Amino acid sequence: MVRAADYAIEAHGLVKKFGDFTAVDGIDLMIEQGSIFGFLGPNGAGKTTTVRMLATLLKPDGGNATVFGYDVSTETKEVRQRISLTGQYASIDEELSGIENLVMIARLMGYARKDARKRAEELLAAFGLTEAAKKQVKNYSGGMRRRLDIAASIVVTPDLLFLDEPTTGLDPRSRNQVWDVVRALTKAGTTVLLTTQYLEEADQLADRIAVINKGKIIAEGTASELKSSVGTGMLHVRLVNSSDREKAETVLSKRLGTVIYESSRDSELRTKVENASVATQALADLEQAGVMVAEFSLGQPSLDEVFLALTAE
Amino acid sequence: MNKRDVIDNQQLHAALTTNKRPTPPNPLNAVFTFAWRALLKVKHQPEQLLDVAALPILFLLMFTYLFGGAIAGSTKEYLQFILPGILVQTVTQITMYTGMELNKDIQKGFFDRQRTLPIWLPSSLIGALLVDSLRYIIASTVMVSFALILGFRPQGGIIGVGLAVALLIIFCFSLSWIWNTLALIMRSEQTLMMTSMMVIFPLTFLSSAFVDPSTMPRFLEGFVKINPISLLVDAVRGLMHGIASGQDVLWVLLSSAILIVIFAPLTMYLYRNKK
Ligand SMILES: Nc1ncnc2c1ncn2[C@@H]1O[C@H](COP(=O)(O)OP(=O)(O)O)[C@@H](O)[C@H]1O
Ligand SMILES: [Mg+2]
Repeated sequence: MVRAADYAIEAHGLVKKFGDFTAVDGIDLMIEQGSIFGFLGPNGAGKTTTVRMLATLLKPDGGNATVFGYDVSTETKEVRQRISLTGQYASIDEELSGIENLVMIARLMGYARKDARKRAEELLAAFGLTEAAKKQVKNYSGGMRRRLDIAASIVVTPDLLFLDEPTTGLDPRSRNQVWDVVRALTKAGTTVLLTTQYLEEADQLADRIAVINKGKIIAEGTASELKSSVGTGMLHVRLVNSSDREKAETVLSKRLGTVIYESSRDSELRTKVENASVATQALADLEQAGVMVAEFSLGQPSLDEVFLALTAE
Repeated sequence: MNKRDVIDNQQLHAALTTNKRPTPPNPLNAVFTFAWRALLKVKHQPEQLLDVAALPILFLLMFTYLFGGAIAGSTKEYLQFILPGILVQTVTQITMYTGMELNKDIQKGFFDRQRTLPIWLPSSLIGALLVDSLRYIIASTVMVSFALILGFRPQGGIIGVGLAVALLIIFCFSLSWIWNTLALIMRSEQTLMMTSMMVIFPLTFLSSAFVDPSTMPRFLEGFVKINPISLLVDAVRGLMHGIASGQDVLWVLLSSAILIVIFAPLTMYLYRNKK
């Protein structure tokens, strides 16, 4: 029995306070069924708190939210039947082996003994954990642990899966494996809400992204919408001599009238531009001022730059 | 690179699309699954049985030979009196296992998963408490067997001893819910352990476990007589020696019921509303 709902998640003005501190400060969300939604923000932004409210683990202090049309505070049973949560910290029993963990979860989901074992073996094989099946989880690597944790979350394929920072601290290979799993999940029809601190991850996976900072959503849209909200384009300039930086900054900001972003290398300058013709004029100005340019390019801003721009104010 | 250590996309897709949602387990199945989990922990770490196998013997020897002569004049005579006392002391001391495991689950995040499962919530605690009862039985068996070798002669016979142990288990099952409640409040296993020690230790020493309360000063005697641990010790001692009255047993059952009625709902309330 599925209640008619257009959205997997609908939240209006969600608030969570810890004492005087407001961790989540009025969050609105509309997440379409079958999509991957990226929740992007730095440490302490309020991602986990929001996810825990949506997963019925924490009661909101204000606002309301529904999951597939069911209220997360009053219809917890209905919500829990449809969701699964892979928390920021592994929610598996470290003292048990991989297979014991999965059999246990399968039994608790209602599988009969034999079926539970079969399901556990099936998942271990799919996640490349067959060889480690009998090892205690405390001896697993971070990547293996993460895979087992996700496997435990899909013992019964959920309609909605929360993944809280699933790749934080993983090596690139393990991270790619987690990404594969997320893509496979949406192919199977599961909606995924993924939190991350990595802009690249949101860009790679998410259909839509919300940028969260200090408990508030500061921007929302597709990756390209977010990029264009920052400006039409991003100008990258690389200098031959980094000693020219100051001179170059003066010339560029005079022509473009924009702020030059901080950068880790003196020889590199980045700034917003309105259109290509101003950029061409800027290049001419640099040449006239005697600044030697090694590279001059105009492109879409990276999410990194989007975040910088959004949180700069 | 190990080929089997990678995610198999085809298998993964199959695993995601072929399964059906089973009907949630009934409470009994959930309880047994959690009991199985607790047993697996013992399997992976058999050392944790040390305190139910070795500690009882250690306590028994210590009390019988250290205090036996001084307090009762004869070790053998004292053993008849002290064994039920040490048994109660030893077993009540291992009642915080389930609480400590619960506390660890909260720290480690497994707690969150449990709470989103379609199960009768208390089943996780009751399953673990079943395995705790097994610990109590092991500890009691070890201690009574060893005492028999040392010259313990229970007048209540095997039935009396059996009933005494059963009563002890019922009381300890109820007592555990205090630690379960505290496990949901306290920040670490260590604080939980310290607190339970600080409760259990004085309660067992200020009870009829080791000395006859009538030899104590008045003000102490009053407390010792209403101390639930004294009630338990008196009933266990009475049953073992075949002199327990129905009232002795009833008092223990009543205090167990009171503990459960207060602390089980409190535990579950905190469990559901844990931040
Ligand atoms: N249980 C809690 N008690 C008090 N403060 C908390 C609690 N949980 C989170 N916070 C605070 O709320 C803010 C948001 O935390 P969190 O949602 O975990 O952020 P994120 O997941 O984005 O890193 C942080 O400043 C954190 O310290
Ligand atoms: Mg977090």
